[in-house]
Amino acid sequence: MSQDTLKVPELALILLIGSSGAGKSTFARRLFKPTEIVSSDTCRGLVADDENDQSASADAFELLHYLVAKRLKRGLLTVVDATNVQPEGRKPLVALARQYHVLPVAVVLDVPDAVALARNAQRPERRGVGPHVVARHRQALRKSLRTLKDEGFRHVHHLRGEAEVDAVQSVVRDRLYNNRQDETGPFDLIGDVHGCYYELRALLETLGYVLHEEPINDVRDLGIRVTPPAGRRAIFLGDLVDRGPASPQVLRLVMSMVRAGTALCVPGNHDIKLLRHLNGKKVTVNHGLAETLAQLEAEPEAFKGEVRRFLDGLVSHYVLDGGKLVVAHAGLPEAMQGRGSGAVRAFALFGESTGEIDEFGLPVRYEWAREYRGRALVAFGHTPVPDAEWLNNTIDLDTGCVFGGRLTALRYPERELVAVPAAQVYSEPVRPLNYKQLAADAQQDSRSTEHQAPSTNAAQHENDDLLDISDVTGKQFIETRLLRGVTIREENAVAALEVMSRFAVHPKWLLYLPPTMSPTETSALPDLLEHPAEAFAYYQKQGVERVVCEEKHMGSRVVVVLGKDEAAIERRLGLAGAGIGKCYTRTGRNFFTDGALETAFLARLRDALTTAGFWERFGTDWVILDAELLPWSAKAQELVKTQYAAVAAAANAALPQAEAVLAEAAARGLAGAGALLARTTARREAAAHYADAYRRYCWPVQSLDDFKLAPFHLLATEGHTYFDRDHAWHMETLRSLALADPGLLRATPYRVVPLGDPAEVEAATQWWTDLTAAGGEGMVVKPYDFVALKGQTLLQPALKCRGPEYLRIIYGPDYLLPGNLERLRQRNVKAKRNLALREFSLGVEGLERFVACQPLRRVHQCVFGVLALESEAVDPRL
Amino acid sequence: MLLTITTTYQPATDLGYLLHKNPARLQSVEVAGGQAHVFYPEATAERCTAALLLDLDPVGLVRGRGPGNEGFALEQYVNDRPYVASSFLSGALSKAFGTAMNGTCKDRPDLPAQALPLAVKVAVVSAPGPDWPRRLFEPLGYEVEVETTPLDPTVPAWGPSRYYTLHLRHAGLRLQDVLTHLYVLLPVLDNDKHYYIGENEAEKLLHRGGDWLPQHPERGFITRRYLRYLAAYVNPTLARLLEGTEEELPEPVAPDAPETPAAAAPAAAPGPPAEPKLSLHDQRLQQVAQEIYDLGPKRVLDLGCGEGKLLRLLLRLPKIEYILGMDVSHQALSRAAQRLHLVEMPPRQRARLNLIQGSLLYRDERLAGFDAAALVEVIEHLDESRLGALEAVVFGQARPGHVFVTTPNADYNQLYETLNAGEFRHDDHRFEWTRAEFAAWATAVAERHGYQVRLVGMGEEVEGVGAPSQLAVFGMAK
Repeated sequence: MSQDTLKVPELALILLIGSSGAGKSTFARRLFKPTEIVSSDTCRGLVADDENDQSASADAFELLHYLVAKRLKRGLLTVVDATNVQPEGRKPLVALARQYHVLPVAVVLDVPDAVALARNAQRPERRGVGPHVVARHRQALRKSLRTLKDEGFRHVHHLRGEAEVDAVQSVVRDRLYNNRQDETGPFDLIGDVHGCYYELRALLETLGYVLHEEPINDVRDLGIRVTPPAGRRAIFLGDLVDRGPASPQVLRLVMSMVRAGTALCVPGNHDIKLLRHLNGKKVTVNHGLAETLAQLEAEPEAFKGEVRRFLDGLVSHYVLDGGKLVVAHAGLPEAMQGRGSGAVRAFALFGESTGEIDEFGLPVRYEWAREYRGRALVAFGHTPVPDAEWLNNTIDLDTGCVFGGRLTALRYPERELVAVPAAQVYSEPVRPLNYKQLAADAQQDSRSTEHQAPSTNAAQHENDDLLDISDVTGKQFIETRLLRGVTIREENAVAALEVMSRFAVHPKWLLYLPPTMSPTETSALPDLLEHPAEAFAYYQKQGVERVVCEEKHMGSRVVVVLGKDEAAIERRLGLAGAGIGKCYTRTGRNFFTDGALETAFLARLRDALTTAGFWERFGTDWVILDAELLPWSAKAQELVKTQYAAVAAAANAALPQAEAVLAEAAARGLAGAGALLARTTARREAAAHYADAYRRYCWPVQSLDDFKLAPFHLLATEGHTYFDRDHAWHMETLRSLALADPGLLRATPYRVVPLGDPAEVEAATQWWTDLTAAGGEGMVVKPYDFVALKGQTLLQPALKCRGPEYLRIIYGPDYLLPGNLERLRQRNVKAKRNLALREFSLGVEGLERFVACQPLRRVHQCVFGVLALESEAVDPRL
Repeated sequence: MLLTITTTYQPATDLGYLLHKNPARLQSVEVAGGQAHVFYPEATAERCTAALLLDLDPVGLVRGRGPGNEGFALEQYVNDRPYVASSFLSGALSKAFGTAMNGTCKDRPDLPAQALPLAVKVAVVSAPGPDWPRRLFEPLGYEVEVETTPLDPTVPAWGPSRYYTLHLRHAGLRLQDVLTHLYVLLPVLDNDKHYYIGENEAEKLLHRGGDWLPQHPERGFITRRYLRYLAAYVNPTLARLLEGTEEELPEPVAPDAPETPAAAAPAAAPGPPAEPKLSLHDQRLQQVAQEIYDLGPKRVLDLGCGEGKLLRLLLRLPKIEYILGMDVSHQALSRAAQRLHLVEMPPRQRARLNLIQGSLLYRDERLAGFDAAALVEVIEHLDESRLGALEAVVFGQARPGHVFVTTPNADYNQLYETLNAGEFRHDDHRFEWTRAEFAAWATAVAERHGYQVRLVGMGEEVEGVGAPSQLAVFGMAK
């Protein structure tokens, strides 16, 4: 019977099977995307320049298998266009399908030899394919038809004759059962219940579900109906039954919810064992199955039938919310997510053990989560743990309720944990767990619930102790919220690896590096390279209505990570005995070389924050600040001496002597001497101004009292970043902190400037003129909002506008002399601005990941990226 | 940058003939990096002064040198080049006074041979110390005077700068000689060159200094600095300079000598020097190579291989089948590849060696499956707080059969006269451990990771302080 559609799973390895000339290539081209087809002829052509060179077959198939493997690894449906009539030819392909957990499908194009021969005859390059070849192919094909199922093909489509082949007009791609990517939640994920009905009800009620008893009129009625809070659904992570007191009631409740569409459920190994028993298979009655069976005794047969159908219909795992959430009873590594194979199902049910047995006679489980790198959050159960802990974006929600622990739910996407304690110990675990504290809690109030903070925990911290080199080297592509993705070139990563390894502080401190900042476009005004007008014009053109102008301090840019105490740092960063904080430079180096000074500085800053009531106000015990630490000479003393002071010294020694001889020459009336003298005098004066410029930013640092810290961004505290707050908020918040210790902290003078108001713009410009005339470095102009967009386009987070005197220490003493400034105006800020945006988006991304308790490698990748981008060649004077 | 040459030879204005520059005019010539102006602030029969004012263009020095150009080596935009006598001045001298330097004078052919009383002023020279101008110019018969300049007059505590106004006087010398001396010695004082040093540079030195340099007591210093310590040029040049003289070669630049000053050398070699001594570093490497060889490993890691000195020794041991050199510095790896001639290596030899960039602070699966790993003078370049990561990477993850760790012995530092107490042998050392500290670390590491450890001194032992370096040999416990 001919059919006009071919049904295949959406992720499949499809082998076309047919003799030479059967029309496989035509069939494939007609029904699949060209990129989905991997053809042996094409591979032969690629390796031998001749699609019919049979001597190249070995190399051609090696290439074919390589291509198939790459596609399957990436989860793409693939069609193999080769004769595939020999079992030994199919075997490696089936093995690949198994390796990548993809379903193998056979499509047999069974056409008479005459048709194949006629087709071959039409193709000059196939002239060599004689009748004996086609006959041999067909013979092998016939034989194969009997063995395909045994070889592992789940679906075999046998198209008999040309007509059936031609009749197929389209391919229907069936969604895999586990693919629920279009369901976005919100969800409440519930760990192993094991017949703890009482606790399950309590947990559901705590989560806002309403339970109604219902009359049982029909054998199919379950006697309970659950109404979830608006929009929410529950997901059960399996092991509903065994050990506990009320497995049938748990089943009733869950089956009712699944039937009503208010819950999803994946099977656990206990559930499947029960199913096998109900199916009449012989199973060993242990590990709590006996209790379940006894409880089921009292149930009507019809109910048992319902249970059997329910369990039989469960899908091993689900991929939800666009691939962002995966649920499986025993967890699932990334390579198995959304795939279908026996191995996937087995892993989802049982996990993997290392083959070792622990001291309690239980198998030692392979901790797949330690190596987990996937994008999806994986929620699972199966292994009872004292606390649900995050590890690499995975979480085990089996908190051993039946063993007297708790029944835990994870609210998704909120990532909040909600738990109810067990009313009693229903079963003694073979492997004892320390539940003393929990028992005490339970005594106080058996119905009390615990809301845990998104956790920070020992397992993740330990896992983060060592980062993997493959996460930072090579070409990296980092997805960020603000820019779609930031590419880090390999050579930049190479440079950053050295800086990071040799000079940077411990990566657990290194949560943020500030982005580079572009200057304004070059001013056209005489004797100026930079002027606020260009900064205002930039933002006005981008539709920004208000900007904030902040005085630019000339010191060293630092990031301060500070805890309320050492315990806070240990809890949140996993750094034990490492002090209460760290102050590091924009390249990740420790600012302080003197340990005692560092300790004193951090303690004084902590005390200031405590005095200001900061910890209470922000509900946190740690903070990250972006700041300028003054004076410049505190860190740059050597640079000042060897570079800046040296230049002034050389100029001061050389130029007056040149002036003296030029004056003599001018007195002799030599033509040109006068002009040269004037120029030399101008250079001497420029050198003097230059010396004044660098001296302004230097003062001797003898003790802590000589330091001034000017914070200008409050970056993050527990659970929050502050990129959603405007710069006026940051300025005011930090000003209030500065009041607590004016000796150490300096509030940054700033003004908010509505760009539509010429008077305000004029006043701000005058402010800059006055600041720079008094020797200030200049100012930074920021859009009022921390993250400013024009449509979808990210705007510069800040533009610096430096004063003409300050710029002498950047461009050299003589930069304003005639002939020089004209040339220096030919600068291009484009590359710098591009870099500023990429680094800004990486910085924001890194901190957002940190605040969301993501694994350190995800934060480090962003920080490393900023450091790598800093090795891009841009004009360092910008 | 200003250079003046004054003579009281009668008539002094003959200086104009000699220099081929008319005392009545100010003349400007384009030179590398800017302009040179030649003029005479005084020109009487009694006394005549010629001035050369070098006006470098600071913007031009940086700009217009696109990729592919030889480029200005200094990445700085704020620098002393416009004010200091440097190779730019040598260039300007040969451009503006080339005729005089070659000893020709068309109008007065007798003059160049004439010894003149001369006074020279250079404002300013950059020198490693105030005695260096003397050491370079006094042996040539000059009376030398230097004026120092404070680094910053407003910060007296910073002391003097490295800039000096140089005064030279000579009772009677050919102008040609003075110009030649300045041409060679001013860049030697400055110790920087604005152009690429090629073979040509050695020829220039032999041409300009051939007459006087062989007798100069500082010829070694002058040659090395003039040729920027490039061993390939320095040694043959010295040999040619001293050809036919009976003098011994001054100590040559070692072929692998670093361009930066090496770690402090011991004040006095303990014990009488018996044989030609290997440097401490080479000794260490040979000892480690020997220790590795004795264990007969097949796959060896050199972690922190630097420029590949240990790799070279290991490659000579045929029983080692595969060597992986790793360093965090890409630059060091390129140099290692060059020195080991990786590109031209025959295929079988090439297959024995691989070089990778990596860091000892990141887990790296490429490091698994080795019989031995060497960390020669590596750990002291890491902050002590990061050693835990190194330990986890090497002993926890890579787990080679044997690990060889060397580090300086701080007990020994008291024998280094130039080291003050608490100072380290190298700027980049983050710590230097005593024997007890090293032993404590090594023992704890071994215990935590299932290794046994043996500690060995490296180099000659001195009573009470041990050997200069120390080695820990870790072997995985059976």
